[in-house]
Amino acid sequence: MQEEIRSLARARWRVAIALSLAVFLLYFGFILAVAFAREAMATEIVIGLTWGILLGALVIIGAWLTTWVYVAWANRHFDARRSELASRQERP
Amino acid sequence: MTPATPATSIGEPNLTAIGFFLVFIAATLAITWWAARRTQTTEEFFAAGRAISGRQNGFALAGDYMSAASFLGIAGLVSMSGFDGLIYSTGWLVGWPVVLFLIAEPLRNLGKYTFADVVSFRLQQVPVRVAAAIGTLAVVSFYLIAQMVGAGNLIRLMFGISYELSVILVGIVMLAYVLFGGMIATTWVQIVKAVLLLGGAALLSLTTLAQFGFNPVELFSKAADIYGAEVLAPGKQVANPWDAISLGLALMFGTAGLPHILMRFYTVPDAKAARQSVFWATGLIGAFYLMTFILGFGAMVLVGREAILAVDKGGNMAAPLLAEVLGGTGLLGFIAAVAFATILAVVAGLTLSGAAALSHDLWVSVYRKGDAPVSEQLKVARMATIALGIVAILLGILFKGQNVAFMVGLAFAVAASGNFPALVLSVFWRGFTTRGAVASMAAGTAASLLLIGLSPTIMVDLMGAQEALFPLKNPALVTIPLGFAVGVIVSLLAPEPAASQAYDAKERRMIMGGD
Repeated sequence: MQEEIRSLARARWRVAIALSLAVFLLYFGFILAVAFAREAMATEIVIGLTWGILLGALVIIGAWLTTWVYVAWANRHFDARRSELASRQERP
Repeated sequence: MTPATPATSIGEPNLTAIGFFLVFIAATLAITWWAARRTQTTEEFFAAGRAISGRQNGFALAGDYMSAASFLGIAGLVSMSGFDGLIYSTGWLVGWPVVLFLIAEPLRNLGKYTFADVVSFRLQQVPVRVAAAIGTLAVVSFYLIAQMVGAGNLIRLMFGISYELSVILVGIVMLAYVLFGGMIATTWVQIVKAVLLLGGAALLSLTTLAQFGFNPVELFSKAADIYGAEVLAPGKQVANPWDAISLGLALMFGTAGLPHILMRFYTVPDAKAARQSVFWATGLIGAFYLMTFILGFGAMVLVGREAILAVDKGGNMAAPLLAEVLGGTGLLGFIAAVAFATILAVVAGLTLSGAAALSHDLWVSVYRKGDAPVSEQLKVARMATIALGIVAILLGILFKGQNVAFMVGLAFAVAASGNFPALVLSVFWRGFTTRGAVASMAAGTAASLLLIGLSPTIMVDLMGAQEALFPLKNPALVTIPLGFAVGVIVSLLAPEPAASQAYDAKERRMIMGGD
């Protein structure tokens, strides 16, 4: 039982760390682009919309997407395995 | 086209503002009266009886987090510096996915009222709780100073009453919510505030966009026509990239160490609801920060920089001025009342989390060794609330006229370096020890305070020195790794076998839930 709980905990940490890393890269990628690729960020894609503004908005949308991915994974996979373990815990 | 400089009624008593304000106060006090009758136990006082739904808690988290600084401050920053302000809009959101992935569910399963519950689980109670309570009170104090000074300035500007009276008013109304209605009242005040703030920002955004064919790009290009293309590009805010990175780290990991945010996860019935609440909060807060793009550039174009600066040097009145241009004194009054509600909800959440640290961590767990009758716990909690309310009012008056913008950065730095590493290590790592936890929290907090004291913000801007001893405005780049390193090294130097044996039980409860 403890082994299976540990393996579920590990599975959750793997997803959690992968997604944290994704948000980290997304945000600091944006910050580094703003700091070191200023001219590219100032380039207008269409009149009035620079790469900087577009990417800034995409960071927010990317943060939304990663939370959605996590919740979808947890609702489907984590909860199923957890409730399976819980039902076995009740009848030893 | 140069924008017309509008005559503004900001600074004069505004009847609509006072009307909306009175309606808000009446409604929230009615909620408090209703909540007071449901607040009989510590679980109800600190955790709303754990009966808040995931979606409700998502709104309350958004209401707890979106401060007047983000509404007025970021809109002002964007209106003054264009693109550079948007860097903040993104930074304030990216902490939330981290809260969801690493903190929310373990916290809900392992703790009762405070994040010290989680860190001290399987470790020795007294030293860990004392260290965590100090970290909590430090974060809460800095955050309160920023909110109270902001309250004094904004309410003085918008309602035309004196600074001191504004601060006292905020303190007393907030005390009424927390003292009588505890977490139930605080939660609903935060939900009402979140709806008002998002509704107000959406209304302003839509009426702004209506003038540009509902096309944000049209608005941005108008801003570039008037003020030059550089408003759409990185400017001098990121002149030092290390500053931007360090601040970014504080924002990203600080959210997951803010005691008033963490405390909200105890108000929901289980870990799944905690998960849902961050999902909602991230959606709402993200939508709000996307709207700050529109509000900031809208104020830049429709109000004009000179008119904004004429009212307030910091640019903080950009959003209210935009409201006045778009909808006259009626809309201005509504937005002013929303700003007031915003401050009240944040201050109430902060005070409650400070009271939980004082009564649950220090009085009940440390002084009474976990054994105190409910009536005594509630009495101590309420006395702590009154004390914190008085401290908040005094701090607000003491820091009158000071530039306190750095206080929020300071609160995030302490939360990210003092609280977050210990919290993550205690949940993640079997080998974490009592000494490691205490050393990590003490080192992270102390180093943050020291390095901010030596930073350009304090030494150059405030004390007028030529050069600062520490080059970064926010110390997180140094202090977050320091918090982790100290926690790991101290734990490895002196292992605590009892604690690592108890990790299995902690892991089981973290996954399976406990209560």
